[in-house]
Amino acid sequence: MRRLSELAVDESGVISYIDTKNRLRRRLYDLGLVPGTKVFCVAKSPLGDPKAFLVRGAVISLRCEDSEDIILE
Amino acid sequence: MGLTKSSTGKNACDRFLDIKTGDITVALMGNPNVGKSTLFNYLTGMRQHTGNWPGKTVTGASGNCTYKNKEITFVDLPGCYSLLSHSPEEEVARDFVVSGEADVTVVVCDATALERNLILVLQTQQITKKLIVCVNLIDEAEKKGIKIDKEKLEKELGAPVITTAARSGKGVNNLLDKIVKAKETAENENTPLSGEEIEETVNRAAQIADACVRFKNTNLIERDRKIDKILTGRPAYAVMLLMLLGIFWLTIAGANSVSGALSGALFKTEEWLNLALIQINTPDFLRELVVFGGYRMLVWVVSVMLPPMAIFFPLFTILEDLGYLPRVAFNLDKCFKRCGACGKQALTMCMGFGCNAAGVVGARIIDSPRERLIAIITNSLVPCNGRFPALISVITVFIVGGVFMPSVVLTGAITLGIVMTFLASKFLSRTFLKGETSSFVLELPPYRRPQIGKVIVRSVFDRTLFVLGRAVATAIPAGLLLWLLANINIGDTSLFACFCQSLEPLGNVMGLDGVILAAFILGFTANETVIPIMLMGYISGTVLTDGVSLAQLRDVLVLNGWNIVTAVNMIVFFLFHWPCATTMLTIYKETKSAKWTALSFALPTVIGVFICIAVNLLCNLLA
Repeated sequence: MRRLSELAVDESGVISYIDTKNRLRRRLYDLGLVPGTKVFCVAKSPLGDPKAFLVRGAVISLRCEDSEDIILE
Repeated sequence: MGLTKSSTGKNACDRFLDIKTGDITVALMGNPNVGKSTLFNYLTGMRQHTGNWPGKTVTGASGNCTYKNKEITFVDLPGCYSLLSHSPEEEVARDFVVSGEADVTVVVCDATALERNLILVLQTQQITKKLIVCVNLIDEAEKKGIKIDKEKLEKELGAPVITTAARSGKGVNNLLDKIVKAKETAENENTPLSGEEIEETVNRAAQIADACVRFKNTNLIERDRKIDKILTGRPAYAVMLLMLLGIFWLTIAGANSVSGALSGALFKTEEWLNLALIQINTPDFLRELVVFGGYRMLVWVVSVMLPPMAIFFPLFTILEDLGYLPRVAFNLDKCFKRCGACGKQALTMCMGFGCNAAGVVGARIIDSPRERLIAIITNSLVPCNGRFPALISVITVFIVGGVFMPSVVLTGAITLGIVMTFLASKFLSRTFLKGETSSFVLELPPYRRPQIGKVIVRSVFDRTLFVLGRAVATAIPAGLLLWLLANINIGDTSLFACFCQSLEPLGNVMGLDGVILAAFILGFTANETVIPIMLMGYISGTVLTDGVSLAQLRDVLVLNGWNIVTAVNMIVFFLFHWPCATTMLTIYKETKSAKWTALSFALPTVIGVFICIAVNLLCNLLA
């Protein structure tokens, strides 16, 4: 089991499910981060956190504590 | 294209709901940063704040345009990702569309990320039938080798689709045609949002995008990644500092070269004005009031403020249009997180460099109320454009070393402001505003080539002249008042001198003097006037006949007991003191709380007084 937060720059993965029930899940769904979505890690902030991911043509940055709830296939 | 007259000062938090309805009311909605405000500005000729980062528009605006004898009212809504809203500014957008006030809703989409944008289109289609899909930024998509099959998209969505490039106005007339037609044909019915699972909507958007969008090459996406390697990679912080230094170097070098000539010319005019008033037999009292009170203040303000602003604004706006600001938020998020705040505070901080009132309103992009308050209360710890020119003049007068050293010191001062923002945020999240940090989700937009010519014209005419106008408008009455205060005597001393003397003890403890503190207090209405008031205080009664060069400024200050310690404390107190009247009012409107407004006043003031006293003590000990 791999988490989105573990994705290194230039690596890609496919979302399996989102392991959180709070407001953030809604926000992620609105941005198109639903199960089956391809994600590609494009950048990492100089302090390692947050990271930026290419999702459905847009680049979204997420803190690692949030992206570790997103489980990849 | 940077902050504008209508997005700063007292206008910053005005609501848009006062809509003049014409024949057709059109809502412009869409994801953040897809060019809604650019399209709105093009259609209505208005000047909403635009720039390449998500969340500039937090209040919305309305404006009119006449097309084929029809008066069309456009409402520019804040960007939102979904109709199932989260933050205050997203609610504004949703509520307006749901209310059915709009005859036609135009969903503006970013052609370069159509798939994600279609999610909102599909959601909006569930609540309104009178919908037009406007695929904007089509020029950018073409450059990126993205081809959109418009006919197919129309068929898939069952709604009219227009492609536009709002920056150049391409396709805008087609859009207007469709709006007029849509108003005439479709029935207006609003249905409540059906319970369709968002997952289904997202997948349908993906299918439609799959069928209608073709990618030819990815060179430009690759280019963005390469730029990101520099701007957000390992060298990011060094690049940020160098960029600040570069901007300040250009600002100071440029300002130095024109400031003298400008004030020389303006002082020539003072002589003429004086002579003209003598010619027409104006009473001496009135003549001196007008010339040495009002006009002289005006000259100071114009010659000290205009040159740095005319250079700094366009440079900053170019960075904003390029798409750098969200990267700053991305780079600094971890620091803000450690301080219990949100990375988006970097965006409101950057707006604060333009205008603290605008920064305070901009804090609406922060979802968590706790983090939003932190951003509001700490906003005035970075200098706004009313303080920049004053900082620059104090620094250039007292820091020797050509243009380079003053730029370094100014960069240091700004960095101090940023560091203090972190410390104050940390303090607040440990004391008054305890709580968990929330999540941080921010879209990093593609880099866009700024339209440099347009930026310069806009920043000079809309922004620089506006700020200058405000400074002049407050400086002239302040100059008149000051002249009166300085010339009405109680016994042997003037009112102004009495006021200054009463502040002298506190001023001395802080390494400043009574006149400086008096200037800060009288400058509460606008920070732009602090330096002019201070100078009027120093030179009241004396008559300067020729132009005010920086060397003369230095002479005046040294004559009044200034040394390097005074200059340093002046810089510190300029960075950290109470927010101006407009900002205070805005904070009150945004927080609706006297407590937080008072804290916003007290926090920077205490920091400033404390540092000044510490610096002064330290210097006295060393001396």
